[in-house]
Amino acid sequence: MGSAHRELGLTDAEYRLICEQLERDPNRVELAMFSLLWSEHCAYKHSRKLLRLLPTHGERMVMGPGENAGAVDVGGGRVIAFKVESHNHPSAVEPFQGAATGVGGILRDIFAIGARPIAILDSLRFGEADSPRSRYLLDRVVAGIGHYGNSIGVPTVGGEVFFEGPYEQNCLVNAMCVGLAPRERLIRSAAAGPGNLLVLMGASTGRDGIGGASVLASAELDEEDESKRPSVQIGDPFEEKRLLECCLELLDAGLLVSLQDLGAAGLSSSAAEMASKGGVGLDVDVDRVPLREADMEPFEIMVSESQERMLCVIEPPALEDVLERCERWEVRAAAIGAVTDGARLRVRCGEEVVGDVPVSALVDDCPLYDLDPAPPAGGAGRLYPPPARSLSSDEPAEILLALVGSANLASRRPLFEQYDSIVQSRTVRRPAQADAAVLALEGGGAIAISIDGNGRRVACDPYRGAMEAVFECAANLACVGAEPLGLTNCLNFGNPEKPHIAWQLERAVAGLADACRALDVPVVGGNVSLYNEGGEGPIYPTPVVGIVGELPDPARAGRLGFHRPGDAVAFVGPFQASLPGSELAKLRGEPLPDGLPELDPAALRGALEAVRDAVRSGAVTSAHDAAGGGFAVAVAECCLAGGLGARIDFGGAGERLLELLFGEGPGGFVLSGPRESLDALAQRIAVTVFGEVGGDALVFSHDDGELVVTVNRLRAAHDGGLGRVIGA
Amino acid sequence: MKFGVVRFPGSCDEVDAQLAASRAGGTVLLWHGDRDLQGVDAVIVPGGFSYGDYLRAGAIARFSPVMGSVRRFAHDGGLVLGICNGFQVLCEAGLLPGALLPNVGLRFLCRQVDCTVVNAGTPFTCACGEGDRLSIPVKHTTGRFYAPDEVLEGMEAHGQIVLRYAPGCNPNGSVRDIAGVANPEGNVFGLMPHPEHAVDLLTGSRDGLVVFQSMRDHTGGAVAA
Repeated sequence: MGSAHRELGLTDAEYRLICEQLERDPNRVELAMFSLLWSEHCAYKHSRKLLRLLPTHGERMVMGPGENAGAVDVGGGRVIAFKVESHNHPSAVEPFQGAATGVGGILRDIFAIGARPIAILDSLRFGEADSPRSRYLLDRVVAGIGHYGNSIGVPTVGGEVFFEGPYEQNCLVNAMCVGLAPRERLIRSAAAGPGNLLVLMGASTGRDGIGGASVLASAELDEEDESKRPSVQIGDPFEEKRLLECCLELLDAGLLVSLQDLGAAGLSSSAAEMASKGGVGLDVDVDRVPLREADMEPFEIMVSESQERMLCVIEPPALEDVLERCERWEVRAAAIGAVTDGARLRVRCGEEVVGDVPVSALVDDCPLYDLDPAPPAGGAGRLYPPPARSLSSDEPAEILLALVGSANLASRRPLFEQYDSIVQSRTVRRPAQADAAVLALEGGGAIAISIDGNGRRVACDPYRGAMEAVFECAANLACVGAEPLGLTNCLNFGNPEKPHIAWQLERAVAGLADACRALDVPVVGGNVSLYNEGGEGPIYPTPVVGIVGELPDPARAGRLGFHRPGDAVAFVGPFQASLPGSELAKLRGEPLPDGLPELDPAALRGALEAVRDAVRSGAVTSAHDAAGGGFAVAVAECCLAGGLGARIDFGGAGERLLELLFGEGPGGFVLSGPRESLDALAQRIAVTVFGEVGGDALVFSHDDGELVVTVNRLRAAHDGGLGRVIGA
Repeated sequence: MKFGVVRFPGSCDEVDAQLAASRAGGTVLLWHGDRDLQGVDAVIVPGGFSYGDYLRAGAIARFSPVMGSVRRFAHDGGLVLGICNGFQVLCEAGLLPGALLPNVGLRFLCRQVDCTVVNAGTPFTCACGEGDRLSIPVKHTTGRFYAPDEVLEGMEAHGQIVLRYAPGCNPNGSVRDIAGVANPEGNVFGLMPHPEHAVDLLTGSRDGLVVFQSMRDHTGGAVAA
């Protein structure tokens, strides 16, 4: 046995298995294909068994896991497609192109099923905000996302950014795309019809990104990452814009049998997936693939991750029409092969067969590994060092100002202003106007979208932290009046071969599954990104959750800001404030607790429904959920968004004052509106505090005194918080 | 009234422009490779990244077949509206004075800004009053209007400065807060703010609708089927 397979990331046992399947040693082309299709990134070999725990069925689901993206029905013959995906390691190595091609890749997943991309959201994690590397990565990642999304004409409508030490070496860049399609335009990727032609569309194939899925995405980062730069692809949004319009036109004209994007592992994985799903074989002639560099080897052509390419199956008589339409859009297109009867993927170079493998061996026979989970010795506090203390005051007003100006809670305006959030004329709620983005749909109704995932809390308690992520995301939707229809997730974790990471992964997936069941929300698809760790240890376990919901009337979409002086303010929901694991605990440099308080899924669901109904009925003026920084920061955010003060009285607090103000937990909402509307709501959910909107300061009064901060002071802290990080 | 909206490869806001213009009249898309303007009463060159904006924003689009026809249409007195990338294209094509430079912040910027109508006597602003404040979004990287002082003096004298950013709202460092300019004849107008993204309160503002209504009113008002 040679050692070539080890350099490509395959174990000796896996190599032996390949030889058994082929009944001979693989040649170079075959080995390259196996190494990629059997990589963690493509085969999910450490996560596939766990993912079976997730609920994947729902009344409104049209497409589920296994297709390029999931899709749900929104009535009127329309479906919404969506998916989140990671591009962590490419972004850690080359942040601008890594982030840009992350967006490009998720966009292709959406139009590969026939949907027009209508929104992008992103979820980013970097090391602490005072680290020069974080500032560099943030600047380039945001520029890369904007470059691609803005240039292709898809609005970036939401997202989140957190700064935490464990992401210092291994940043996270997750991008979610949402698409809209008439139901009859949806297309699957299964190849069909022996004799049909395989057409490659889009950019020419070069040497960029060779081995990206195995070398970059399926191994830990190390000191020599600079040398991996050539494994990062280069994005060209102009190429993809033409490809997108061209593909949608071909679909509208009914010219395609099936469609698949080229992502990780390039032609190998796309062809193998299409053949596998259709139960057919494919012949691919690498001689007919348009090349960027003339002297490429067949194996390089098969595994190149050059961006902006799509593969489709068409009936032979359609070829002329397809090529003409591609030419009109200035999209390169070439028939590079055909569908065959045998279930084999055959690679030719002209007349010569240079690779010939059973499709099932590539796609289905990769060994799946059982995890060997064990909680970290000494708990989360031992695994992750406590953050540096940056706040020493116990004075509530100073704490509030420090929190609203902290990197994790400060205004995101300097970031989201770099994204076009309004192109396509659907954006009813832009970033910072509401807890979720809201897009109006042609023909009536609207959808709401949010993306969430607090890694620190998952590190404290993978099961409850993951549940909290789902409830937090659903709470954001409730605040605009939306009901969840489907969920996508990206599981960002460390090296699953280590027992404590396996434990985090297993507990977090169980938490996601239970939260989704509690809300009756199906998981329609997603992505797993493992091996997110460097020399200094693993990232916080970070399941990122994206939910799409619907609301009947976009004109009644909720807002987060206080709007009407004299409105009553209520703090509602089954909220149990606790300080361990909170943003305040972080500023105080406290270690992570081992475990989070228990939560009550049924009560949380009840609160979501009550808030959603109140917003939909127009009974409330504003709705905002309490997340990072707790109740006090939530009220401050309502003041900032509306430019109005508020006076809140919560009676006897005693020693629990800081906990009541800044403690965190799921299920708390700040609502404002007419007093009688809020009183009516109190019949459905617990109302714990009352106050009133007005004035130019935020005042919390309690039996022992008053906390007073003017809205102007809050604004200065909030607006300036990120400016220090990005130098704006 | 029939509006023609140009579609280049890389245009992003052409459908938005069509939607907005359809509130004031009929619309048709004009393909970049065609010279036929299909008898439209006015041409809109929309926002986006024509031809990827490679080389320089708008620099390639001006050589497209459709722009040859648009140039003749403009010389014959036809109404031409350039929005954002369209403004850049019209400057590159020599139909408007001045040039658009990278924003002073050097970053892409998407923001709702207030603009003031400086000249309400053009075909694009005749439904406004002078001094009207319009809330319209901008979104661009290359939107800082520049022209030499002597050119600016001439433009001021001829009423070619049509729209300015309101005090404190200049998002990109444009000289003299200029947001939109016209040619000396007044039939070609380019602006960086996106009036087509301000035609419905549901999506934030309807202050931009007045640009399309002005064009309709100037043309005579008949709504084409």
